[in-house]
Amino acid sequence: MQCEVCQSREATIHLTEISDGVRTEMHLCEQCAQEQGVGVKSNIPLNELLSNLLAVGPKEEETGEPVESSETCPHCGYTLEKFREKAVLGCPYDYEVFEKQLMPLIKKAHDGATAHCGKIPSRMPRDEQKQMEIVRLQRQLDEAVRNEDYELAAKLRDKLAGNK
Amino acid sequence: MKLTEISGNINEWFSGDGPLADVVVSSRVRLARNLAGHKFLAACSVGEKAAILKKLKDVLMELKLGDEVFYIGIDKAPVLERRFLVERHLISQHHAFGKGPRGVVIARREFFTAMINEEDHLRLQVLKAGCQLRECIEQIDRIDDTIEEKIEYAFSPKYGYLTACPTNLGTGIRVSVMLHLPALKMTGQIEKFLNAAKSLGLAVRGLFGEGTEAAGDFYQLSNQISLGVSEKDIVSRFEQAIIPEIVEYEHVARNRLLAKEAGVLDDKISRAMALLKNANLISSQEALFLLSHIRLGLNMYKHQGASTPAIKRLCSLGADSTPSTSSGQASSPQGDSGDAGGTGRLSIATVNRLFMLTLPAHLQLNYGKELDSTHRDALRAQIIRSALNG
Repeated sequence: MQCEVCQSREATIHLTEISDGVRTEMHLCEQCAQEQGVGVKSNIPLNELLSNLLAVGPKEEETGEPVESSETCPHCGYTLEKFREKAVLGCPYDYEVFEKQLMPLIKKAHDGATAHCGKIPSRMPRDEQKQMEIVRLQRQLDEAVRNEDYELAAKLRDKLAGNK
Repeated sequence: MKLTEISGNINEWFSGDGPLADVVVSSRVRLARNLAGHKFLAACSVGEKAAILKKLKDVLMELKLGDEVFYIGIDKAPVLERRFLVERHLISQHHAFGKGPRGVVIARREFFTAMINEEDHLRLQVLKAGCQLRECIEQIDRIDDTIEEKIEYAFSPKYGYLTACPTNLGTGIRVSVMLHLPALKMTGQIEKFLNAAKSLGLAVRGLFGEGTEAAGDFYQLSNQISLGVSEKDIVSRFEQAIIPEIVEYEHVARNRLLAKEAGVLDDKISRAMALLKNANLISSQEALFLLSHIRLGLNMYKHQGASTPAIKRLCSLGADSTPSTSSGQASSPQGDSGDAGGTGRLSIATVNRLFMLTLPAHLQLNYGKELDSTHRDALRAQIIRSALNG
């Protein structure tokens, strides 16, 4: 289907508006939709999420702590402002440099989770792999106790003892 | 390799085979990875992007996948070829129209692709027909291990695989299934499905991923959470809880249509047949919409034993149903037999083939040149007519 405005590109955005019981439809390409002020849905949620979380979020502002946006990553030169604008980070170190400010976003995006518990690269040093395994088992143990699954908890405790 | 060598056929994951394939069209797992010691792409110079591209391309081209592997430089590829790769689900829209040095490595049978310099340095993807998420994760995990022997990924013991966007952090995994849910749509229950998926923390997208409509009643369902949960657990949740439930809902809706609204169902299938067999011009959207009803009819014959008058007529359509293309790339209809009717008549594979080969970029690539929309609509209608009229 062709875009109704430019008549050349493929229409990828389809709008249905019902006003006073009258239904109108519009079919636009991404570019014309943006020119007409119709946001492209796919981009909204993440950007909104980012700006909401990063702009409103930290309580530090109320407590008068230094405003974090002046901080710059020494590795890639990114600031929080830049992240907000681009919706992607500049380098892996940003997770350390902006850790405090990113935390609400990470929690929100991952249902409260703040730590990895999946695959570990095999080239990671053995002792670090072991450390991660211990942390993971400890977390599973805590959860088993919370769920009162004592059988599982006992198994995890034994595994932990074997790992330490 | 020329893309016209694959553009006349449907790919393996859209073959109509595989477990639960009447509802679960395909399964996909993708992993987001970045190289240690490099900036993420948004902060990279063109030179650094080119260096990352070379490093990853060299490693990926060495992969032993039991299939021919080829590379396409996306930044240099013609727009039509990029659109084709998007239609084929081999690259994302973002990758097709992004900036800077970037490319894709593709296994010829299309079960594996690796986008280099998309949002992350590397996006690996494994696709299979039907419900085969476990097979997808096992294969992609092995590929990931092999790559990791040669290069170091950006990884933190605390946060896992570090990704350009925090929403992919941790495992970097996106598990998704493509579902065909025409009966839920017809019985007005699709909103319920969408709400349920949302409340389970899942994302629902259309046929071509982010920002696309659910054309042809196809819905892509995927996880959003990638941190704090293991790859295995995400896949198990899909395979053991989410997918069986949706398949059950769709089947219940199909049975209900048959029991209570057979007349309505028959009407929709008859109309779809009449239009597809006779139209001289047909848009991509309309074709997807109508072919969806045909696909439903054939699946209901096969799985629900439906034999309403329209479904019977449908099953006897198009004895030799290979859509022909001007480039002559269309393959023989192998794999088509054993479907509806069991006599090589109209099959799910043929309908899937029509879905894919009549998409705009497929049409034009197979025709050999760019066409305006009226010519595309005419060519599309012609291909469908000849497939259905035998």
